[in-house]
Amino acid sequence: MSVWGVPLGEVWSLTLDHIYLAGLPLLIGLLLAIPLGWAALTRRWLYGPLIAGTGLLYTIPSLALFILLPGILGTQILDPVNVLVAMTLYTVALLTRTVADGLSSVPNHVRQAATAMGYSPLRRLVAVELPLAVPVISAGLRVAAVSNVSIVSVAALVGVSQLGTLFTDGFNRNAMGPIVLGVIASVTLAVLFDVLILGVTKVLTPWQTAGRSA
Amino acid sequence: MIRFDGVTKRFEDGTVAVDDLSFEAPAGKITVLVGPSGCGKTTSLRMINRMIEPSEGSILIDGTDTGSLAPAELRRGIGYVIQHAGLFPHRTVLSNVMTVPSLLKWDKKRARDRALEVLELVGLGGDYAKRYPGQLSGGQQQRVGVARALAGDPSVMLMDEPFSAIDPVVREGLQDEFLKLQEALGTTIVMVTHDIDEAIKLGDRIAVLRQGGRLAQFSSPDDLLAHPADDFVASFVGRDRGYRALSFKTAEVPIHHEAPVRLGDRLGPGEEWRLVVDDAGAPLGWVHADEVTGPLSATDLQLGGTLATLGGSLRGYLDAALSSPSGRGVVVEGAELAGTVRPDEVLHVIQAAPRATGETILSPEEPA
Ligand SMILES: Nc1ncnc2c1ncn2[C@@H]1O[C@H](COP(=O)(O)OP(=O)(O)OP(=O)(O)O)[C@@H](O)[C@H]1O
Ligand SMILES: [Mg+2]
Repeated sequence: MSVWGVPLGEVWSLTLDHIYLAGLPLLIGLLLAIPLGWAALTRRWLYGPLIAGTGLLYTIPSLALFILLPGILGTQILDPVNVLVAMTLYTVALLTRTVADGLSSVPNHVRQAATAMGYSPLRRLVAVELPLAVPVISAGLRVAAVSNVSIVSVAALVGVSQLGTLFTDGFNRNAMGPIVLGVIASVTLAVLFDVLILGVTKVLTPWQTAGRSA
Repeated sequence: MIRFDGVTKRFEDGTVAVDDLSFEAPAGKITVLVGPSGCGKTTSLRMINRMIEPSEGSILIDGTDTGSLAPAELRRGIGYVIQHAGLFPHRTVLSNVMTVPSLLKWDKKRARDRALEVLELVGLGGDYAKRYPGQLSGGQQQRVGVARALAGDPSVMLMDEPFSAIDPVVREGLQDEFLKLQEALGTTIVMVTHDIDEAIKLGDRIAVLRQGGRLAQFSSPDDLLAHPADDFVASFVGRDRGYRALSFKTAEVPIHHEAPVRLGDRLGPGEEWRLVVDDAGAPLGWVHADEVTGPLSATDLQLGGTLATLGGSLRGYLDAALSSPSGRGVVVEGAELAGTVRPDEVLHVIQAAPRATGETILSPEEPA
């Protein structure tokens, strides 16, 4: 069985690749951005360089990164690790600032109360500041998710397969079917990521939805 | 006991927030830091649990220099009520109050039971535990803040303007509850306020700070009112300090018998003001004979007039007498009517009081 000239099995496996290549960097990038954002906020002198530096990362063209990384990492050009690393860098680029903003959105008196209760700085981060920064971080994460889903498709040009492969395929075979299918699948994936992040955010922030009860 | 020993705080930008501060906050009592905005009250308070490190001098709790303890551990043993409550918005009331017990690694059940117990203590039993701070009124949040500070059974509590964001009526109630609570628990408390009335009502000791973080006076409330150390303290303590000083004076005042009436009674001719009591003998209000026809009903009552407590302060007696529409101040014993006092007689007692108690109500710079 096939859709617009592409076997269904292939669509499915390309979609899974895409989820893997766009999604895993999102998680790793977030985990890296948290300490970076925290450092930017708690060591004032680091703020400027860190935010500017990570911001610049995002301006490196993805194709250049896919081509340069094998030289830097010593990997094969076809190795998906290159794509994972590149996407992680983009995620860190977008989220470091977001994390710093999210953490600084925590009201000062709440932070001071936590200190006064006897939280060490690290425990305070985990137990008080990060949970309160979730709404801001989640907003940034949604942007990063959409951006990742879209940028990953460029990796088809260096031969790493995912939904972008449908574009190069369609181009080579001069067929519209795979291209349209690729667009629909990417957009659907972006929406799914978005809904997933929204859902997780909702679960993590019950206090935001608890209305003022009677 | 908390001892400040020559404590100075100089911030990095050179601001001297606290200057050579020395005093002793007695164990099991309330010590109030009071003074104009920016005089270093919060800074002084935060140096006790080392949220701010002193630049010079030392602070000792029960003889132990706080500088020798690990800050996080020190803080877990000290209750802290932050201004505007500072509750964790992402946690339920219960989980907010369980914070310190959890940090102290109490087992879950004990922490939970204790949290529910202190919530009950501050009048937020039942359903409130499950709510988020955003679902509480400002006053309720303040109570949760107090409960959270109490939960770890601290022997020392620090409170930064704990009742400031609350309207006067609720505040008064909270203060009364707080005094009862403190008496029952015997916690050593250092409290900050910029409200001299609150300081006088709650404090066993009052430290008046002046701009630049210097101690202007450290004494008991009655002493502060009677003997302000200088012009600054005198003006800070305020104009009606003579009247307020009466809060600390007790003396025998003639109590007159008052024959009360009850709702449903009819007033005879020629009677002017009569006091109405309920079946338990508690005063309900005054009625004026001219304005009542037929049996007395609740709508005839003229309220107003404070109640003085038998054996209470002269301020209570005088206020009851001055605020009563009949000119007869109502005195109660428990909730029950004990009799009435007359303003002129209360004043007479006040005039005689200094000699009777061996104290002077006048401040020293005024010729007695
Ligand atoms: N981190 C800081 N760096 C420099 N100066 C500070 C700092 N914190 C406080 N100050 C200054 O120290 C002084 C005392 O501040 P503090 O907060 O103790 O005042 P306060 O008596 O609590 O005032 P308020 O009644 O307004 O709360 C003020 O002049 C303030 O500007
Ligand atoms: Mg203050």
